[in-house]
Parts: sequence; structure tokens; C-alpha cells
Amino acid sequence: MSNLQWKLALCAAVFIVFFGVGVYPILATRYNLPAPGWLSDRQLKLGLDLKGGVHLVMRVQTDDALRVKTEQDSGRLQEELKRRSVPATVAIQDVTTFRVDGVPPAQDQAFRQAAEQESIDFERGTGTNGSYTFAMRPNIAQALREEAVVQARQTIERRVNELGVTEPSIAQQGADQILVQLPGVSDVDRAKEVIGSPGMLELKLVEQGPSPSREDVLRTTGGVVPPDMEVLSGGREAAAGGGPMYYLVRRVAAVTGQDLRSARVQLDENNMPAVGFTLNASGSAAFSRVTGENVGRYLAIVLDKTVQSAPTINSRIAGDGQIAGGFTQEEAQNLALILRSGALPATLTYLQQQTIGPTLGADSIRAGILASLAGLLLIVAFLLVYYKLSGINAIVALVMNLIILLGMMAYAGAVMTLPGIAGFILTIGIGVDSNVLIFERIKEELDAGKGVKAAINSGFSRVFLTLVDTHIAGFIAAAFLFQFGTGPIRGFAVTLTFGLISNLFTSTFISKTLFEAVLSGRRQVQALSI
Amino acid sequence: MHIFKDTNFNFLRWRWQAMLLSALVIGAGFFVILTRGIPLGVEFSGGTNLIIRFTAPVSEDQIRTALQSIPFEVQKYGEPESNQMLIRLPQTQQAEEAGNLSADVPKVDQLLKAANMPAFKIEGTEIVGPTVGAELRRQAIYATLLSMLGITAWIAFRFRVSFALGSIIATFHDVFVTLALLAFFGYEMSLNVIAAMLTMVGYSMNDMIVIFDRVRENTRLQKREPLETAINTSLNQTLTRTLITSGTVFISVMALYLFGGEVLEGFAFTMLAGTIATTYSGWFIAPSLAIMLSSKPSAAPARAVADGASGARAKGEGAGGGALEQPSRKSKSQRKARAT
Repeated sequence: MSNLQWKLALCAAVFIVFFGVGVYPILATRYNLPAPGWLSDRQLKLGLDLKGGVHLVMRVQTDDALRVKTEQDSGRLQEELKRRSVPATVAIQDVTTFRVDGVPPAQDQAFRQAAEQESIDFERGTGTNGSYTFAMRPNIAQALREEAVVQARQTIERRVNELGVTEPSIAQQGADQILVQLPGVSDVDRAKEVIGSPGMLELKLVEQGPSPSREDVLRTTGGVVPPDMEVLSGGREAAAGGGPMYYLVRRVAAVTGQDLRSARVQLDENNMPAVGFTLNASGSAAFSRVTGENVGRYLAIVLDKTVQSAPTINSRIAGDGQIAGGFTQEEAQNLALILRSGALPATLTYLQQQTIGPTLGADSIRAGILASLAGLLLIVAFLLVYYKLSGINAIVALVMNLIILLGMMAYAGAVMTLPGIAGFILTIGIGVDSNVLIFERIKEELDAGKGVKAAINSGFSRVFLTLVDTHIAGFIAAAFLFQFGTGPIRGFAVTLTFGLISNLFTSTFISKTLFEAVLSGRRQVQALSI
Repeated sequence: MHIFKDTNFNFLRWRWQAMLLSALVIGAGFFVILTRGIPLGVEFSGGTNLIIRFTAPVSEDQIRTALQSIPFEVQKYGEPESNQMLIRLPQTQQAEEAGNLSADVPKVDQLLKAANMPAFKIEGTEIVGPTVGAELRRQAIYATLLSMLGITAWIAFRFRVSFALGSIIATFHDVFVTLALLAFFGYEMSLNVIAAMLTMVGYSMNDMIVIFDRVRENTRLQKREPLETAINTSLNQTLTRTLITSGTVFISVMALYLFGGEVLEGFAFTMLAGTIATTYSGWFIAPSLAIMLSSKPSAAPARAVADGASGARAKGEGAGGGALEQPSRKSKSQRKARAT
């Protein structure tokens, strides 16, 4: 094969590959043509703004995770001091620091040993008069924060998958933000509830209560909460009318949601929806021990620090339990889903929320496509009038450009958004510019008295460097957009980058090959239709 | 067909008038921005946007009466026959801290239902807390400035520092002129407008690179001529190309403006304004600045010619001269080989 035939073969191959990846799957879905699964999976996806759906940005309150760590470690130190009978008080100051006061000088050595054993993740300040400040080491705090965000993202992923959303997108954004996109979802409130509920289940023995007021519940303890206990209120009773009930419960839970094996919706004895759960082996062992030892007492089922219900323990219970509390069917379903996917390590606050109804998206896509086609047709008409037959060459290059762009986006799994459509229009603009630059240069060379073939050759080679310069400038702009932009701007940057690559190829290689192919048969070319 | 043939406009002669005109437009724009402020889109200012589709036509006044107890703005949205309204509510810091970002939505829903309006459906909501708003604002400014710096560095590397300085000032000029036009016509700053601005920065630099590229070529061919003449020649040589390119971009963006729907309107307007600004500055502002910043205009061309003898050829034959990187003798012989 000659050089030209190789070039033509390459053009055809590029066309087939990119048409197959980028355009054929769209046509296949539309007109029910056969398409292999691996190909239709790659089909260009529509973004939220075109398809409709929910877009949420939330911040993970990573302080929560630090607070838990501070509470745990200070608690362990307190127990250790008790065991070594060092009379000192431990008090939490803020999320990363706690204080120990009243260490007798004689027992300073014992205290130091206990602290080194239990609080290695904390920096111990120099003690004055038996008082010490413990501050969490910065690298530990940083690691905990990062871990909390990753865990939150994974939990949200599980929950969203349980919701059955197709093609959701869940991504970390910045240090502590999580972006969730749920295409096709319109019930934003349910989505927010399922994603944002802490989902922390605890089973705790009730020491006192239920009582109608906080004072009542503390009567036997003299009005103060014992250090290893806490007062919780019930939420459900309040909703059913009447005030909330108060419970004095142990701070340490008998069983937590971490020991859960499964959770599902079932009916309680009153035929109301309830959530049944099954514990795993270690959870079952602990649960059956606690229930066996405390028959006749109340067991509080605590969800996110609110008592859902507090049934009496009638007998030893092995591995199954039920959370009843006057749920609606949907509430019960949500709760079962949240329990199955595990607790969030920290609370989430919503920073941004966007819902796009499917009609709105359809309107936008229709308008965007109409506008693109109108622009394209005007340009095609202009190219044909102004550049005559060579205009066809430019149009072929332009269409190839769009096909390659579609193919690249589909292959990379990029998502088509409104700014993405704008990126398409820009690609058309840049493509036309490249062709115009080359053609104008060819005209100049022809005017300067060159032969047709020489004019074409030097037109292309002269403009090539200009094109490289302008396209690299475009890449630089796109890179910054991608690096510093968010969501839609990134989509735009991706489209622009692919557009620049495909344009450089089509306007220099394909367009030139077409000229060569047309002129190849003739020995002496007198005039060029340009 | 030729739009222009062998033109010889003296672009640089009008540099002072052009700069005066630009200064006036930018000054007026700044006046409007300082007195009225640039309205920020919901993604930058924070707040709530609701798009509500009614089953029958409603007027803005009906909505104003229905929602008089809360602060808001209302305008028609989309095509008139779609009966859609855009309602915008400001948002306070408290809402985000209290964790009920979307508290305003049910309130509007209730008030509209109570007000005996035609049946409606909330088609879309966009709620942005103040934190994200401030973050996006900062990011957008960073992205714009850094991408401009990046391209400037590229131009300085490929051409000369005075060209790079000229082009970055001209690009700032384009951004300011576009901002001024946005302010005159009361468009609000949204992420889409920022995307359009960045595109425009890219186009503006693209335009200047094409022109500077030609200047570089011409100064090599005619090294005795002053830079001013070379720039003028280059501007005239690329005149048709600039006009066609700007024209086609203008046409396709105009289509976007007319048919692209509400969401793309701000984007399209920015692009329209930007196309005019970049074309104008590519002709009148950037080259003038490049000349003013080249310390010794008469000595400058000689510096650009690094590869000796080939530069001395006459203009007609000189069309065979190569690019800066390659000695042009080599590229000429290559071309000969390909041409035959």
C-alpha cells in the first residue's frame, strides 16, 4: 500500500472505532439495534442537569470522631487510675484535649505509668500541682479526621446502593466534604434522611424509669447523674401525644449496632411495621448474657441517642430482637436500610442541595441540542459558500471531530452535562478556526503564485505550529479549570480537553489526507476550489 | 472568494483612541458594579432557588401576594407557555448551622397552596449554604487567575516576554469589558458564566497566539522593518481568518443564546460579549501593548531572528520560511520533497 492508502486506512479505522464507541450505542438504544453489552455499557451518560436527580454536598463533622476518641481514651485512663488506686479526676476539655487533676505527688510515678499505657495518642503537658493536660497528637487527629471522611463515604455508598439508585456518584470533595449525585431520584427528603441519619443503634439496660420528667428519673440518685450513666429521652411517645419519657441508662451499651448481622421490616404484635434485627455471634453471646441476668428489667433500644422503645426482658434472648415504635411502613424500611449499612462515624451537615425534575432536564437537553444543531448548520452553510468544494473537506473534518469527541467521552466514562454541551459548541468553534487558518494560508500561498499541491503542503505545515501553540494554550486553560473547578466546570474542562485532542488530529491529519486523496489521481492540478 | 484581499489597515494608528474607548467602557462598567454591585448567582451567594411549574398561567404579582410574608425574588422561567416561575430566597448563616438547609422549601410550598393558586409542582430546587457559596467564589477566582497566568507563561516561553505581558493585560481587558457588559445588562454571576469567561480567556489567548505567531514569522522575513510594521502586516494578513473565526463562534453562540434555553442564557451572553471584546482587543489592544512594552521597538526584530541567513529573503519567496524552531532551509527542502 502506498503512503496515502495507509493514511486513508487510518482515517477509516479511527472513524469506525470512535463511531462504534461514541455514536452507535446511542443509535442502538434509540432504534433498538443489536449492540453487545460491553458496548452499550459504555454509552455516554447524561449528567444530573439533563437527566434530573438529586445533588447533595455535605460536610462530615470530623470533630465527632475526635470527640469519641478523646472520650474513649480519657475513660480508659480513668479506669486504669482507679485500678492503680490513684485518686485523680479526669475531665474532657474540648474535642482533642482532656485534663487530669489532683494527682498526689507521691503517686506521680504510678500516674505516669498509667498515662503511658493508656494515652499514647495524646501529648502529656508538663504537670503543675498534680494537674496535667492531654492533647491529641496532631498526626493522630489528622488520621482520625481522614478516616472519618472515608468511613462516612463508604457508609453513604452502602446506603445509596441499598436505595437502589442506578449509577449514583459519591465522591470526596476537598478535605471533609462529600458529594452525592443520585440520577433519577426526585424524593430529596427521603434521600437526605437515609444518607444523613447517624444510624447508631445501642441496647442499654434501664436503671431508672421510664418517668415523665428528668427530675423524677434522678430522684433515687439524689438529683445527679452517676458518672457511668446518662439520661436519655424517648422520641416516639412525644410524637404520639403526651410528653417524652425519661430513662436513666448505663453509658456503656450492652450491644451496639456494630454487632448487627441483618435488619429487616416485620410486623410487631399490634401488626404495626417494626424493624427486626439479628445479631452476629459475639453480639448474640453478649445479648443472651445480659438478658439472662436481667430478666424482669427494661431494656432500652436506643437509636441516635433517643430511646425508641423499652420493652421488659421476659426471658433470655439469643440473637434476635425487634425495634417497635409506631413506625410507618416507609420509616421502618428506611431504618432497616440504615441499620444494615452501618453507622456513620460522624454527623453530616448539608451544604448544598439541588434537585432537577426530569421535565426540566428534558427541556434543557432539547434546547441545548437544538441550539447546537442550529449553530452547526449555519457554520456548514457558511463553509460551503465561502470555501466551495474545500468546504466539504472542512465539514468532514468537523463531523469527524465531533464523532471522535463523542467516542472519547463515552470511552472515558465522562458524563454529558449542560456545560459539556457548551464544550461541544466550543469544539466546533475551535475546529472551524483551525480549518479557516489552514485554508486562508493555502489561499495566501496560491496568491503568492505557488502550485496547488505546494500551496496545500505549505499551508498545512505553516499552520501546524500555530495550531500546536493555540491548542497547548487551550490545554493549559482546561487543566486549571479541571484542577480548581467543581462539578459542571470540570465537565466542561474534560470536554474541552478531548475536543482539543480530536481537533488537532482531524484538522491537520484527516483534512490533509482528504486533500491528498482528491488530488492524488491528477498530475498537474490547475485550480483548487477554495 | 476573499472577504479582504491585500488590506493595509493601520491598526496601530488607532491605539490611543482604542485605549480611550476601552477605558470608558471599563470605567462605566466599574461604576455600575460599584453602585449596583454584581448580582451573584445562587451558587455563589448562597440561598435557595425554586423552579415551580404551574398548570395554568400565573403572574409575578400573584406570587408576590402569596409569599409576602417572606423575603424573595420572582421571575418567569423558560418558555412562556411552560408556566414556570423561578423563586429565589436569600439564606442566612443560621440555616446551615441549624442543619435545616431546606427549611424554606416547604414554607413556600405551604404559602402557595394556601393562596388559591393553580395546581403546581416544584420542578427543581437548588439550595446552597453560605460555606459552599464562599468556597465556589474563591475557587472560581483562583481558576480564572491561574489559567491566565499559565497561558501567559506559555506565551512568554514560546514568543517573548513583552508579547506575554501585552496579552495578559489585554486578557484582563477582555474580562473587564465582559464584566462591564454583564453588569450593564444585569446578568448574574453563575458557574456557567465563569465557564464562559474561562472559555473566553482561552479564545482571547488563542487569537493573540495566532497573531503573534505571524509576527514572529514576519519579523524573521523582514528583519530590517520595525516591529510596528511587522505587527501591522500580520494583523492584515490574519484579518480574514480572525473575522471568520470570530464570526463563526459568534454565530454558534448566538444560536445558543437564542435557542439554548434559560440555563444557558447567561453562558451564551457572556460568550457573545467576550467574542466582541477579544476580537477588538486582538486588533487594537494587545498589539499596541506589545509594542509599548518592547523596550526598543527598532532593535526588537533583530533579536527574534536567531537562525540567520534564511531571514533575509524577499517577502514573496519568503513564504517558504520555516518556524522558529527549525532552520528554515531544512523545512523548505522537506516541503519540496513532499510537494513533488
